[in-house]
Amino acid sequence: MTAFYPPDSEDTLVKKTSRGRFGDRAIAFFASASGVAVIATVLLVGLFLLWRAIPSILQDQVPFLTSREWNVNNPDDLRFGIVDLLWTTVLSSVMAMVLAVPVAIGIAIYITQYAPRRIARPIASAVDLLAAVPSIVYGLWGIQVLAPAIEPFGDWLSENLGWIPLFAPGLTSAGTVYSIGVVLAIMILPIITAISREVFDQTPLLHKEAALALGATHWEMVRTTVLPFGRPGVISASMLGLGRALGETMAVVIILSKPAPGSDFSASIFAGGETFASKIANNAAEFDSPEKTGAYIAAGLVLFVLTFIVNAIARWIISRRKEFTE
Amino acid sequence: MSKTIDANNVSVHYGKFLAVEDVSMHIEKNSVTAFIGPSGCGKTTFLRALNRMIETIPGGRVDGSIIMDGVDILGADVDPVAVRRDVGMVFQRPNPFPTMSIFDNVVAGLKLNGERNKATLQDVAEEALRSANLWNEVKDRLDRPGAGLSGGQQQRLCIARAIAVKPDVLLMDEPCSALDPISTLAIEDLILELKREYTVAIVTHNMQQASRVSDTTGFFTIASVGEPGHLIEMGPTEKIFSTPLEQATEDYITGRFG
Repeated sequence: MTAFYPPDSEDTLVKKTSRGRFGDRAIAFFASASGVAVIATVLLVGLFLLWRAIPSILQDQVPFLTSREWNVNNPDDLRFGIVDLLWTTVLSSVMAMVLAVPVAIGIAIYITQYAPRRIARPIASAVDLLAAVPSIVYGLWGIQVLAPAIEPFGDWLSENLGWIPLFAPGLTSAGTVYSIGVVLAIMILPIITAISREVFDQTPLLHKEAALALGATHWEMVRTTVLPFGRPGVISASMLGLGRALGETMAVVIILSKPAPGSDFSASIFAGGETFASKIANNAAEFDSPEKTGAYIAAGLVLFVLTFIVNAIARWIISRRKEFTE
Repeated sequence: MSKTIDANNVSVHYGKFLAVEDVSMHIEKNSVTAFIGPSGCGKTTFLRALNRMIETIPGGRVDGSIIMDGVDILGADVDPVAVRRDVGMVFQRPNPFPTMSIFDNVVAGLKLNGERNKATLQDVAEEALRSANLWNEVKDRLDRPGAGLSGGQQQRLCIARAIAVKPDVLLMDEPCSALDPISTLAIEDLILELKREYTVAIVTHNMQQASRVSDTTGFFTIASVGEPGHLIEMGPTEKIFSTPLEQATEDYITGRFG
């Protein structure tokens, strides 16, 4: 059979293919380079932290992970431990999560499943606006307005549930973990809400109709289709929020009262304290020796590892039921 | 328990748009009724009026009356959720719940009804899966995700899920349109078995399918796009496909239109 395609059209075909291949290569290179760059950045940050932290940790005169002491002014007698920082960081962030996640899920469900469109839009925008408020503003507002406003409820908690160490009476001022926990909750609310909203919105109509056709009420439909479908996304969203809460600096520096050196440990949310981030920020002006700086960088390293662990746990929770997601 | 259905002057609106106008029909119990007609003719809309699914769409409204064994399911005092528990539905594309196992999919409706007894759930699941001709294929992997089955198996799983709650009526909206011919045959055989216990109404684009599975056929059409759908003619399937009364029906079934 004679050639169906004239030779010159074959040429253009070949040329087109090779041009396409160059484009393919360029994009593939750019995409892989971006991916590698991300991994490299994380590795380099980790390496930097290790590089600077290890010498100080080796010179530490007290157990780094379990000591409550923090005295790094004498480079020849470094005494620093992170257990107080770890406790305050985790406590305030967990408190923020406990408060923010249910509310965020509630808002996301309301916006995507219940609210009429003309109401849903403004609410969604208002929540997004919360994300745009700078953390220094949250700090100021938190200490000036929010903390005094929620103090009566805090008093009630410590009066009635004070026998639980978590709610034991503590500071009378507003600079408590309780205050910062609520402020952090408000700060992480928008990101969790926004992502939850996205994933709930993507629940296929097919599945929602399947539930309704079985005789599910509106809420039962949400419970059997929307919530399970959105579960991995909500977990990811919560971890992003937790990451922000763990690392939040400015609002914590402004709100949380530093306890006097040598004061007793308190497990209560009505105590002050310092988080990893606020400890480093409060002392950043005094990094005058490599040993001292290294001690603070060691605290940063623990925060870095902590967020890693949190993310790993989230991945694990999601992957455990991977085959049951679409 | 199978029920007869009498639709009287049923009209369906989506907002201001009149999608189906003035449909009246009688559907016998323990029979298969097929709705055929060109795309957009309102046959699926009418089917979805029969379990009040229309009302789950904003603006969806059904007028007229639909009497099932003496009760008007459109009545003001009737809860649409309760209607949907008595009138099961199988959709165009298989839609097992992706986050649930095969077992949990089958008993999803029962759990919604508050059944928690494990033995009961197990018995019902087995019975429903047997009725859906799926038991032998899945009995060893009931804890596996329902979405892992083939398309045909998924659709039979959806049928099992629909009949597990013992509805009176089973509605099927083009249940085979996403399936291969062998799976289609399996579903068609199943429909013939199901009519022993249920009143079945099926929407189909496949006229061979309508003639194979149905006792009665209703032909819907629209005058033109944007006009409401009407029921043109309804009667015994063999009559509709051999000697229809209306010219429009004959044009459609002989392929001159639609």
